[in-house]
Amino acid sequence: MAEMKVNIAGVEWKNPVTTGSGTFGFGREYNEYFNLSELGAVCLKALSAVPRLGNPSPRIAETPKGILNSVGLQNPGAEVFLERELPWLRQFDTKLIANLCGSTIEDYVKVAEMMGDSVDMFELNISCPNVKEGGMAFGTNAKMIEEITQKVKAVSKVPLIVKLSPNVTDIAEMARAAEAGGADALSLINTLFGMKIDVKTRRPVLYNNMGGLSGPAVKPVAVRMVYQVRQAVKLPIIGMGGITTGEDAIEFLLAGANAVAVGTAGIVDPYAWIRVRDEIEAYLDENHIKDVNDIVGMVEMH
Amino acid sequence: MICELVKKEQPKEHIYDFTVLCPEMAEQAKAGQFLHILCGGDAYLRRPISICDVTEGKYLRFIFEVRGEGTKSLAEKKVGESIDILGPLGNGFSLHPEDAEDALLIGGGIGIFPLLNLAKELGNKPNVILGFRNKDAVMMEDEFSAASSKLMIATDDGSYGFHGLVTDLLKQQMETGRVSHIYTCGPTPMMRAIAEIGKEHNIPVQVSLEERMGCGVGACVTCTCMVNGGRKRVCKDGPVFDGAEVEF
Repeated sequence: MAEMKVNIAGVEWKNPVTTGSGTFGFGREYNEYFNLSELGAVCLKALSAVPRLGNPSPRIAETPKGILNSVGLQNPGAEVFLERELPWLRQFDTKLIANLCGSTIEDYVKVAEMMGDSVDMFELNISCPNVKEGGMAFGTNAKMIEEITQKVKAVSKVPLIVKLSPNVTDIAEMARAAEAGGADALSLINTLFGMKIDVKTRRPVLYNNMGGLSGPAVKPVAVRMVYQVRQAVKLPIIGMGGITTGEDAIEFLLAGANAVAVGTAGIVDPYAWIRVRDEIEAYLDENHIKDVNDIVGMVEMH
Repeated sequence: MICELVKKEQPKEHIYDFTVLCPEMAEQAKAGQFLHILCGGDAYLRRPISICDVTEGKYLRFIFEVRGEGTKSLAEKKVGESIDILGPLGNGFSLHPEDAEDALLIGGGIGIFPLLNLAKELGNKPNVILGFRNKDAVMMEDEFSAASSKLMIATDDGSYGFHGLVTDLLKQQMETGRVSHIYTCGPTPMMRAIAEIGKEHNIPVQVSLEERMGCGVGACVTCTCMVNGGRKRVCKDGPVFDGAEVEF
């Protein structure tokens, strides 16, 4: 059996599989399908300093091999999370990653302070396309990425992952900006900004008109970006974007990711996370690779 | 869970009536719950389809209209083939057996299907009102007739049964007898109107809502509706809600 442990910015995960923020809630629903302790880490739904109502429905649209969503970071706020969800989550033997969001830099700093060291890692959500303020506006400008990373890092008591937006012309530049701001790790990609129109009604399917594309459709874009970021920075990378099988995950590892997140696939198959983990292990065993870390970045380019 | 399609009928041009063998799910299924079905073909997401009936403790029946790619692929399944189904999901209707004989079930169009299972589970046979566009759309009359103490059918154009809306029949029923609880599933304007009448006359109304859905288990928070000033998940907190609290 291959070694599956990975170390992300000093935090040891028992295996390289985590959840894509926003696809897994706070874990309660999928714990009815498998034990959360099976995962290397659980990346929680975005939290803000104050509760957010999110956008009206329809919030989801089906697209070829994927979905568009426009949930808009609905969440009960950090205070309610700490009181009602965290004690329950702590029973599991897995690492917890809090995804932090806000409308201003001060909001991000505030939620990071509220969360303190209650979880194992933070993931800075500066790449959500579904909010009017903050979100992707921060994540598509290198200067802003550096500034917000620096300010949140200054108050973070746990390692800080910066989640990058794919809606940029040069992903490597954004990665370097996060590194310069003091990020401990990077995760990518967030969703691609998209739109679907119902030709019968001649209106967008989503109430919010536009939304974030995820699922197998985005995978080649994500693999390419992980590869480019790997070439640009030395930080640990959590790769994601359409991962549905173990082979998908291996592609990300070969491109340079140190761990992977499964998200949209779980919306279709509630066991996707566990299946991907098992299939990674099976691939390693079949190929006589003793340690999952041995294949990271091992793609041989033409 | 992988279930075998054991019976397939096509009662209308675009409507299919499927029965699958699935003892585990059949045992748990409650009226008003739904199945989240992987349709095959190019459809990426599952489709939520309400449970119409549970038979012999091991068969689940669901009826659906072909509306898009997903349901089109599902309709192409053949008897003996397997279907990947998640469920039963959601909260079903709250039953009040003590008042069942005065309960009123109101279905509109393809919203009538979950009400058959409900009529059978209520204990005493309830009164049932079904509304359709026209005579051609009328279906399941015999089955509902057998499961109810009184069945009333309305069509929009008067080509069959009562000429008018289900709400007209509801008002008649309230004048002639007692209505203890209303259970309804159908188009949103219909449910909204029924919920308003219920509020006015202090009759509890349970509505079964529909929304574009993702995971079906409550995690992705895409299928939300406004209930009592907050967003609720149709899949996990519903699909059945208190009509008085829903902001249609």
